[in-house]
Amino acid sequence: MTGPALQLSDVRKSFGRTSIINGVNLAISRGERHAIIGPNGAGKSTLFNLISGRFPVSAGRIDLHGEDITGLEPHLINRKGLSRSFQITNIFPRLSVYENLRCAVLWSLGYKYSFWHRIGALREVRGRTDAIVERIGMAARRDRPAGVLTYAEQRALEIGVTIAGGADVILLDEPTAGMSRSETDEAVELIRNVTEGKTLVMVEHDMSVVFNLADRISVLVYGEVIASGTPQEIRGNKTVQEAYLGTEQL
Amino acid sequence: MTPVVTKRRIIFWAVAALFFASLPFVFTQSFALSMLSQMGIAIIFALSYNMLLGQTGLLSFGHAVYFGLGAFFCAHALNLVGAGKFWFPVTFMPLVGGLAGMFFGLVLGFVTTRRAGTPFAMISLGIAEMVAASALMFTGFFGGEGGIATDRTVGGTMMGIGYGPQIQVYYLIAGWCLACIIGMFAITQTPLGRMANAVRDNPERAKFIGYNPTRVRWLMMTLAGFFAGVSGGLAAINYEIVTAETLGVMASGNAVLMAFIGGIGHFWGPIIGAVLVTLLQSALSNYTQAWLLYFGLFFLVIIMFSPGGIANLIMLHKAAWEAGRLKRLLPGYSLSGGAGLVMLLGFFALIEMIYRSEAKDAANKAFSYFGVTLDPVQATFWIGTLAVLAAGIAMFYAATRVVKRAWDDITAELQIKGMV
Repeated sequence: MTGPALQLSDVRKSFGRTSIINGVNLAISRGERHAIIGPNGAGKSTLFNLISGRFPVSAGRIDLHGEDITGLEPHLINRKGLSRSFQITNIFPRLSVYENLRCAVLWSLGYKYSFWHRIGALREVRGRTDAIVERIGMAARRDRPAGVLTYAEQRALEIGVTIAGGADVILLDEPTAGMSRSETDEAVELIRNVTEGKTLVMVEHDMSVVFNLADRISVLVYGEVIASGTPQEIRGNKTVQEAYLGTEQL
Repeated sequence: MTPVVTKRRIIFWAVAALFFASLPFVFTQSFALSMLSQMGIAIIFALSYNMLLGQTGLLSFGHAVYFGLGAFFCAHALNLVGAGKFWFPVTFMPLVGGLAGMFFGLVLGFVTTRRAGTPFAMISLGIAEMVAASALMFTGFFGGEGGIATDRTVGGTMMGIGYGPQIQVYYLIAGWCLACIIGMFAITQTPLGRMANAVRDNPERAKFIGYNPTRVRWLMMTLAGFFAGVSGGLAAINYEIVTAETLGVMASGNAVLMAFIGGIGHFWGPIIGAVLVTLLQSALSNYTQAWLLYFGLFFLVIIMFSPGGIANLIMLHKAAWEAGRLKRLLPGYSLSGGAGLVMLLGFFALIEMIYRSEAKDAANKAFSYFGVTLDPVQATFWIGTLAVLAAGIAMFYAATRVVKRAWDDITAELQIKGMV
C-alpha cells in the first residue's frame, strides 16, 4: 500500500476565542517512528486529542490510511486501527493487569458486546493477552489490581493497553514522563519492541528518548509545525534552536 | 478456564439447587415459606440491580420501574390466560415479566444511559417518578389505587402442579431464582460483563480500546431490566396482586439498600443483602413498631463501618482463614459479641421506652421486654436502661481494641509472608 498512514491537512482547533492549533499539516509514513516535540503549551496533547477523536476539530481534515476520520467518535477511530496512550495514566484501576489487557484485545478479535461467549474459554483472547503480559514484562503482576501498581508499572500497562488491540498506528503521549533514568531506558526498549513494524507517533519531552527512537521529528510551537525532518535536520535547524532557546537543550 | 473449574462450578450449582430444594423441609411453617418466597424474589431483584451499580457503575434510583412493569405485564398475562384469550404455562409466566422489563430497559435505558455518574442517578430518579405518576394516571392498565388483582392458578393443574399451595410457588420462585443467579453470574464472565467493569472503572479509556461506553451501559441496562422483570413477574404470581407501589421510589430504594448492605463489590453480595433485608423487614416488624428506625440505623452502621457491605467483611477474613489465623480473632470476637449484645439490649430498651412513653393512654405504657416489664413512667427504669447501655458501650469499646490488636498482628504476619 502507498500513501501516508496518517495525514493531517490544515487541522485547526480553538477553544472559544483561544486558538490552540493553527493549521497543522503533517504526513506520517507507514512504519515511521515520528516524534512531536515543542515547548509546554504548544498544543502537542491537543493535537493527539484531535487525531484520536477525543475533541472535534474546528477545521481541517484527518486521514488514517487514506480514509477520512475527521469527526469520528474515538471508539470508531480505534476500530480503524489507531490506538493511543495518555499522558496521565488512564487505565482501569480496579481491574487486574490481566483484565486490563484482556479488555483491550476483545474488540479487535471480534467479540464486541457479546454476552454469549464465556470469556475464559476464548483461546485466542487468552493467547493474545498472555503474550502482551509477557511482552510488557508484567507476568509477576498479572493478577494485581492496576490501581496498586507502581507508577512505572502503570505506565508500562498503559502502553500494553494501547498496543493490545493490534492497532497499526500508535500514538504515545509522553510515555516516559515522570520516570527515572533507568525506568526511561526500560520504557524506550519496551516502546521499540512493541511498535516494531507499526507506525508510531509520540509526544515526548525527553530529548534523549526522542533522538534515540524517532525516525523523524516535527516541532510544534504555538499550534504550528515550524519544522519537520530527520533528527539530524532538526538538530541543525535555526528556527528550532530559537524556539527552544533557554528552555531545553537539543 | 480449564475443564476442572467448569466441573467444580457445576457441582457448586447442583449443591445450590439442593440447598434451595431442602429449605422448605427445614423451615416448615407457612410464615417461613412465604418469607423464603419473598427472599427469592428479592435476590433476583437485588442481583439485577447490582448489574448496574456494582458491575457497570450506574447508581440507579429507579430500578423498581422494571420490576413493577414486569409484575404488571405478568399479572395482565395471567388474567388474559384466565379469560381464555390465549394459553401460556404459568411456570414460564415470569418470562413475560422479564421481556416487559427488558423492553422498558431498552427504551428507557436509551435515554438514561447516555450519561453516567450523578446525571444518570438523577435521570433514573426522574424516570422512576414519571412512571410512578403514570401508574396513578392510567388506571386501566395499572388499576389505580387498588392495583391489578390476578390469579396464579389459571393454568389449571398439570401433574399435580397448579400453583395453588404456597409450597409450589416457592419451588417456582426457587427454580427461577437459581436460573437467574446462574444467568447473571454467566454474564459477568462474558466480554460484555468484563467491559461493563471496564466502563465502570474508566469510561473514557474504554472508548480508546474500541468500545462505546454508552452502548455497554445500555446493554447492561437492558439485561438488568430483563432480570428485574422476571422477579417482578414472580412477585405478581406470589402475591396475586400488583399495585403502583411496586414500581415506586420506595421499592427502588429497597434495591439500593439490599445491594449496599450485602456489598456491591462482589457478585454474591446482594444475595446476602436481599436475604437480610427481607428478614429484617418481615421479622422486625413483628416485634416492634419502631422497626424502620432500627432498619435505618442498621443501614447507617453498615455504610459507615463497612462501606463494602457484608460481603466485604467476609472477604476480609478469607486471607486470615487461608493462613489458619482465624482462630486468633475468636477471643476478641466473642468479647465484642457479648459486649455488643449488652449494648444493643440497652439501646433497644431505650428506644422502646422513648417510643412507648409517646403512647396515648398512660395505663398501657409498661411493656414486656425480653421477659422483663419496663415502665417508662418510672424513673428507675430509665436509669437502669441508661446504665446497661453505658456499660455495654464501654465494654464494646474495650473489646473492639482487642479485635483490632488481633487484626493488626494477623495483617503484619501475612504481610511478612507476602500473602497480603
